[in-house]
Amino acid sequence: MGRRCAVIGIGQTKYMDRNLAVSHRGLIRDAANKALADAKMTWQDIDCIVIGKAPDTIEGVMMPELYLADALGAQGKPLFRVHTAGSVGGSTAIVGTKMVASGVHDRVLVIGWQKQSESQATWALSPRIPFQPPLTAGAGGFFAPHVRAYIRQSNAPDHIGIKVAYKDRKHALKNPYAHLHQPDLTLEAIKNSPMLWDPIRFGETCPSSDGACAMVIVSEKYADRSASPPAWIHGTAWRSEPTIMAGRDQVNPLGGRECAKDVYRQAGVTNPRKDFDCAEIYVPFSWFEPMWLENLGFAERGEGWKLTDKGATSLDEGGDIPWNCSGGVLSSNPIGASGTIRFAEAAMQVRGTAGEHQVEGAKLALGHAYGGGSQFFAMWVVGSKKP
Amino acid sequence: MRDIAIIAFAQSANKRNEQIYNEAEILAPVAREALQKAGLKKEEIDFTCSGSSDYLAGQPFSFVIALNAIGAWPPIQESHVEADAAWALYECWIAMQADESINTSLVYGFGKQSMGSPRDVMNILNDPYVETPLWCDTISMAALQGRALIDAGLATERDFAAVAARNLKHAKSNPKAQCKGDFTVDELLRSPTLASPLRKHDCPPITDGACVVILAAGDTAKKLCKRPAWIRGIDHRIDVQAIGRRDLTRAPSAQIAAEKAGVGAGKVDIAELHALFTPQDIILRKELGLASDCVINPSGGVHQGNPMMGTGLVRFGEVADRIIRGEANRGVAHATQGPCLQQNMVAVLEGK
Amino acid sequence: MSEAQSTEKKPVTYINTPVAVKYDYTAGKATSDFMRAVAQGKILGNRCPQCNRVYVPNFLVCVQCAVPMGEPFEVPDSGIVLTFCIVNIKFYDQVLEVPYVSAYVLLDGTDLPLMHLVQECNVNDVRMGMRVKAVWKEELSPSLESIRYFKPTGEPDAALETFKEYL
Ligand SMILES: [Zn+2]
Repeated sequence: MGRRCAVIGIGQTKYMDRNLAVSHRGLIRDAANKALADAKMTWQDIDCIVIGKAPDTIEGVMMPELYLADALGAQGKPLFRVHTAGSVGGSTAIVGTKMVASGVHDRVLVIGWQKQSESQATWALSPRIPFQPPLTAGAGGFFAPHVRAYIRQSNAPDHIGIKVAYKDRKHALKNPYAHLHQPDLTLEAIKNSPMLWDPIRFGETCPSSDGACAMVIVSEKYADRSASPPAWIHGTAWRSEPTIMAGRDQVNPLGGRECAKDVYRQAGVTNPRKDFDCAEIYVPFSWFEPMWLENLGFAERGEGWKLTDKGATSLDEGGDIPWNCSGGVLSSNPIGASGTIRFAEAAMQVRGTAGEHQVEGAKLALGHAYGGGSQFFAMWVVGSKKP
Repeated sequence: MRDIAIIAFAQSANKRNEQIYNEAEILAPVAREALQKAGLKKEEIDFTCSGSSDYLAGQPFSFVIALNAIGAWPPIQESHVEADAAWALYECWIAMQADESINTSLVYGFGKQSMGSPRDVMNILNDPYVETPLWCDTISMAALQGRALIDAGLATERDFAAVAARNLKHAKSNPKAQCKGDFTVDELLRSPTLASPLRKHDCPPITDGACVVILAAGDTAKKLCKRPAWIRGIDHRIDVQAIGRRDLTRAPSAQIAAEKAGVGAGKVDIAELHALFTPQDIILRKELGLASDCVINPSGGVHQGNPMMGTGLVRFGEVADRIIRGEANRGVAHATQGPCLQQNMVAVLEGK
Repeated sequence: MSEAQSTEKKPVTYINTPVAVKYDYTAGKATSDFMRAVAQGKILGNRCPQCNRVYVPNFLVCVQCAVPMGEPFEVPDSGIVLTFCIVNIKFYDQVLEVPYVSAYVLLDGTDLPLMHLVQECNVNDVRMGMRVKAVWKEELSPSLESIRYFKPTGEPDAALETFKEYL
């Protein structure tokens, strides 16, 4: 995949419901400044800025990076905007990586962001368009039937969805940037939360957040002399498939399986559960953890929920393959940044900078994002050692 | 750097208002035509990237529906830019530079401007805190740019009209053109102003359309195309947006991009400029350093058709087509977005 | 403290910029054909000449093969519930009383499910594989809402194995 590259700086905002303290400019600069400080660099050192977010309807500004060019320190530089639906935060990191891997740039600033509080999210994401079949139940209503299909096919018990939500929210307590900090949360409380889209409960869904996440990605030359630890990028991959297609497997999409296969091949991963020390996976509804465990090859088809059940994915239970130590999408979800956060958190783990939610001695980690109707996938593998 | 070339280009006929077919339906036959020209099956495309805008399409995730037109199965390596599709071409070029296993790319752009009022839609692109509330539309902003040129003594309304007359004349040989014809400068100057000093002929038409470009690397390009249009240099840069903070007679980001792309390294036979308004044509010729013997906008440029979000990519296609056909040896393609030439991309294409 | 002083000290945390843009959407060729048929109480589908799958609504181009689809034809308005969810939340423009069932309905002889409502039974009685039939409005219009909902027919359920490939 071209020249070697590494992440040497990461910055995140505190994720929250409604960040009234900052404008769009303030939000992205908060994350970017932290990433630059972490990389021990200044705005002048950056060759190119790659920025991603989901639909512009959320902030009500068309292609907002154009008006944000000055806040991004981009004057006279290349500024590049990515939008690939929910996977965009991951795709943005991949585009940033390719900017370096291609040999075109040496030091790239990658930013994913969303200020979701600035619109009615359901309107911004699924407005009523004439002639299009009405989405009779919003985003959850789109995914819930697939979750039901998974449960029916795998015979997974009801408590799996509850457990994932509980586990990720407990992980979030160790992450100062996480949106949801619920120290008193219990399994009972999640179980008793309203059944919004049966089989999905309110407690099993992600919040809606404001936030930004930035990374500095550099070429080998700069990574070698970096004063802060590098997370080496061992592989990147993406796949897309149509939303509606006769016979498309929406529980275990082929695009996800092929994307994982591709990135594992690049990184030399043959047994994901064994080879990775941890993973940050896009799980916006808790049932997607067992579904993605199978899709990404951590478990056989129909067996994913057993890993969750046994605590294999839990940091608190000392699981062998902790997933979403940061609290994941279930604890913070600024859509356009959510994928970037997954990729960044994976990098933090192998850099050893994840703080309280650090997996001891993590050397290889997977970052993952998906979007649309489970049809867009973006993944990267990062490691503490050079590929 | 690998040698990467444009090997095929296809576009829909530029139409003022396509009422029968939607975006994906406009795009589908264009994609088929481009693949046929390149002699490739869709399964032989290694990477796909598109450019479009949700606000232009009037719905979020508009690119997801367009994906239905290209047959994304088995799952494809794909990405999308919320930008003119010229930036999607740039992403393909980057992806091919970064990964030797990517030997072919398909780029597409589409826009259906007739759906909304572009004058209003484009206002949503401004600073939401201090500019959007003023509702200063794109034509008015471009008029400020035209006025700045006139006030600085750099151009006259006659010069603007001459640009329009040239474009519309060139458009006569473009079968896809929406606007074309022989007009004298004096004739054009007799028409009323829309936003002084701009008249109707100084502004781009409203167009529905789609376009597709296919790229190939090295030997693959040579195998598929007798005379590929090699991308010898490509670069893009941005300026701040607030028009009050810029010298509107200049486009510094276009100048940097042209320099990095190596425009000045040889004679330029043709150039396709993404100049939405006639004053921008004058600014760009200067910033790009185009000599007087360079044929500007042989296709008729933006004034014959403006399928927004595809318009910049069409510039690449029009230059490449002429190189592929052997009508030019060295050409420059330019794309822009943002008000008053805020962000610019420049590429040099060569037949050798 | 004067009014001016107090506002000076309060940070501006939010401004509203009302933006309104009017769009005229183009349904497209395939959807227009489909809607015209719905207005006559018919559901249209069409078959891809390459992969042989039957799409409902009809498409102009196969999303899988990217080749032009065959001529649209009428498909039955009965089929099975592939999978579904029970909605207990009212959201912004939804007029339905909760709880209600939102389902993927696979019409007989077709390969792509429609998302629609299942009613005339207790929400807890809806099952994957249940046979259903469309209930049309009296006044038909070119909109999928001409179908009020699907209702159970009472025929035996389809076995999971028979529709597994569509999940
Ligand atoms: Zn087909």
